[in-house]
Amino acid sequence: MADKSLIGRVLNHGKVDVEKGRLRFFAKATGQADPVYSDEAAARDAGHPALPVPPTFLMCLNSEVGSLLDTLNTLRLDLGRILHAEQAFDYHRAAYAGDTLSFETKVADVYEKKGGALLFVVNQTRVTNQRGEHVADLRSTIVQRNA
Amino acid sequence: MNKSLSHADVKVGDTLPALTLPAIGRTTLALYAGASGDHNPIHIDIDFARRSRMPDVFAHGMLSAAYVARALTDWAPQRQLRSLALRFTGITHLGHRPTCSGRVTETFEAGGERRARVELRCANQYGEDKIVGEAVLALD
Repeated sequence: MADKSLIGRVLNHGKVDVEKGRLRFFAKATGQADPVYSDEAAARDAGHPALPVPPTFLMCLNSEVGSLLDTLNTLRLDLGRILHAEQAFDYHRAAYAGDTLSFETKVADVYEKKGGALLFVVNQTRVTNQRGEHVADLRSTIVQRNA
Repeated sequence: MNKSLSHADVKVGDTLPALTLPAIGRTTLALYAGASGDHNPIHIDIDFARRSRMPDVFAHGMLSAAYVARALTDWAPQRQLRSLALRFTGITHLGHRPTCSGRVTETFEAGGERRARVELRCANQYGEDKIVGEAVLALD
């Protein structure tokens, strides 16, 4: 089981190419009707250089960097007992199809509630682009039911 | 496409147009698993879900989070979005119809710009909250 000794550990890091086909698939899967997210002409008309990465998709790209099972192994968590408890994003600049984004995720906190029945792990991810510019910070909290 | 949101357009108590989605089905979850890259079998494999003592597969929290983000970007262009913080308060099951809503709770100055804080909610057709959270947007 995860414990506080994991705090500060780098869980995974790596680069991901933002592919426009993937952005279109995400738009379809989320019922996105705004053409800015699937039609390059509409995106350009709205002032974007390419299809924009929508607000929550950074979390999806981040999952390309490491495998969920490896991450859970490192954190000593059980896939069948975890839930996503919280997710936060701080946005610093836009990301677009054609960018190569770098993700680095560290364990920010580990704590228990309800006398250990619930175990929380907080991961913090810094996202930068191919120019080294700071794109966003992600904060993801996973909870494991131990009861 | 939506026009940019100016400080003159926004006051405390304003509500975002609610976004209501079709009922969540297995196809919804299969498509979201593929598009998001979240292949956790708890959302797509009923056998795995049952072994994990769940009655059936259930929706990815991040699917409803994407719906909440859609409600936001329908209201204001994404370039105005500064932060988004969401708490998953309940499981969205098959057959649930999510509705995302929001309300401006504060306008303030930060980072040399005028900003608005918006409280966000995603609930099912029974009024049960599945996500609560907030966003901060810059106002032109």
